[in-house]
Amino acid sequence: MSEREPKIVFESATKVFRTPKGEVRAVDGVDLTIGAGEVYGVIGYSGAGKSTLVRLINALEPVTSGRVLVDGRDVHSLKESELRRARADIGMIFQQFNLLSSRTVAGNVAYPLKVAGWPRARRDARVAELLDFVGLTDKARAYPSQLSGGQKQRVGIARALATNPTILLADESTSALDPETTQDVLDIVKRVNVELGVTVVVITHEMEVVKYVCDRVAVMEGGRVVEHGDVYDVFARPQHAATRRFVGTALRDRPSPAALARLRRRHPGRIVTVGVREDGGASGELTRALRDHPVDGTVIYGGITEIAERPYGSLTLELAGEDAAIAAFLADLGRTTTVLDLGTAAHPLTDPDAVGPRAPKGASA
Amino acid sequence: MNLVAAARPTDWDRMLPALWESLGETLYMVGVSLLVALVAGLALGLALYVTRAGNLYGNRAVNIVLNVVVNIVRPIPFIIFLTAIGPLTLAVVGTTIGTDAVIVPMSIMASFAFSRLVEQNLVAVDPGVVEAARAMGASRFRVVWSVLVPEALGPLILGYTFLFIGVVDMSAMAGMIGGGGLGDFAIRFGYQRFNWEITFVAVVVIVALVQIAQGLGNLLARKVLRR
Ligand SMILES: Nc1ncnc2c1ncn2[C@@H]1O[C@H](COP(=O)(O)OP(=O)(O)OP(=O)(O)O)[C@@H](O)[C@H]1O
Ligand SMILES: [Mg+2]
Repeated sequence: MSEREPKIVFESATKVFRTPKGEVRAVDGVDLTIGAGEVYGVIGYSGAGKSTLVRLINALEPVTSGRVLVDGRDVHSLKESELRRARADIGMIFQQFNLLSSRTVAGNVAYPLKVAGWPRARRDARVAELLDFVGLTDKARAYPSQLSGGQKQRVGIARALATNPTILLADESTSALDPETTQDVLDIVKRVNVELGVTVVVITHEMEVVKYVCDRVAVMEGGRVVEHGDVYDVFARPQHAATRRFVGTALRDRPSPAALARLRRRHPGRIVTVGVREDGGASGELTRALRDHPVDGTVIYGGITEIAERPYGSLTLELAGEDAAIAAFLADLGRTTTVLDLGTAAHPLTDPDAVGPRAPKGASA
Repeated sequence: MNLVAAARPTDWDRMLPALWESLGETLYMVGVSLLVALVAGLALGLALYVTRAGNLYGNRAVNIVLNVVVNIVRPIPFIIFLTAIGPLTLAVVGTTIGTDAVIVPMSIMASFAFSRLVEQNLVAVDPGVVEAARAMGASRFRVVWSVLVPEALGPLILGYTFLFIGVVDMSAMAGMIGGGGLGDFAIRFGYQRFNWEITFVAVVVIVALVQIAQGLGNLLARKVLRR
């Protein structure tokens, strides 16, 4: 990936909330650079600090310490009037759409233009243009309560783009939508990025969303960015437990502890999980290794999908053969991909990153 | 002995002009008080809301002071309040008796009452839309008049209608300090002279007044809430 001009830069950004129950470090010393024109994902479980992190970008929340630069300017050192102008350059869409129920669709889209002081005629033309972009021209005079969730979010997008911002922040913008509508909205977000060149920051807890629209991703946990990089790199070689859990939950390619316990009853032999990735770890490699070694492998669990249009997943096999042969086979395979040894029914090993239902009490695993 | 039968028949030729005059006084007192409450009550209600912790102008100290003041004034029975603020009334309108003198305590009480109604209805506004407007670069003051008030307008109209009834109720006590009005009319010519007919007519006029106001309020609120 070629180096992009930095658009948004977090420098040791920290946000501490003081609550009656004590301090909450919602964002904890984040250093992150988001390049101009990219779609950047921020993923993490609930309470990880994702919303707080993006709210630092348009200073809806003041930083406790550190800096947040947008186009090289520290937004948190701006005067109120300067900040308001800076915000016109940063559109934002929300999980609950946050449309003004007292205004029509056209009125909602016109609102940021009024705030920015556009004259009436230019405003009307711009509103028409935006409604056309999101395909809602016929709904101009409708009220938000008369729209479906997907339509509301499209109004939200039109409104966010009204003042020609160069940044779009999307906080869980598809979490309230069904899968099909999610797809429509994500397609618009993609168009906003590709056709208008807008830098997009997408917050989500759904890996599907990141897989579909993002170029790069940051994984947050406990207010920190624990991992970040190209979407494929991060998800294909997750370094942090939180990322591995995400991948596992989204893909369900690895047996949960409960599923593993069931597998062991049917397959008492040696069980291993082998990563399937584009580079080397492809299933062809597995076929070759099985041919080269006196080991029989039966696929008993697994899943392979695409991330950033490249294959990704894992297969769990039961191996049969001499201990030495199995060891040689695993060493061979381990050179090109990740191999996780789950042991045998008699000597079980656990998957530290397993997700899903736990094994019942008393069962091995 | 039957008191009603004993009373002389009502002299409507004399009573009718008095009734109209009383109605005029009531409308005057209620109208001015409502107008004052619209401005002052709305402002105070907005202040109560926006100074809450985490809101647009979050300020704990100011919020506590406002709440204490409102909570002190609100529970005072109007009939006591009416006379208790005599010195203030004197300072404002130059007299402590008459219709104008009643308007001062009525306006104050109505403003405090409305402020709570305003605050309650603003609390119900989705904070998300406030955040969205802020994110678009709207100033805090702009958010107040272009987001908060319009978003709560339907309930605010209903609250204001409710206030109308409360203010009519207050106006009934105006007679205490020579303020006149329908309540005074009913008490002086009806209750004190055992003329149930007069009392009845006064009540009918008050009920009609309230019905018209409520009907208008509902109509307006429905228009605003059509969405
Ligand atoms: N205004 C606030 N006052 C106090 N604590 C807050 C405030 N806003 C957020 N927090 C706390 O900060 C932490 C991070 O919250 P944040 O909303 O950023 O998480 P999130 O990753 O967006 O979660 P979700 O996926 O549920 O939206 C949480 O522990 C939350 O309780
Ligand atoms: Mg959030």
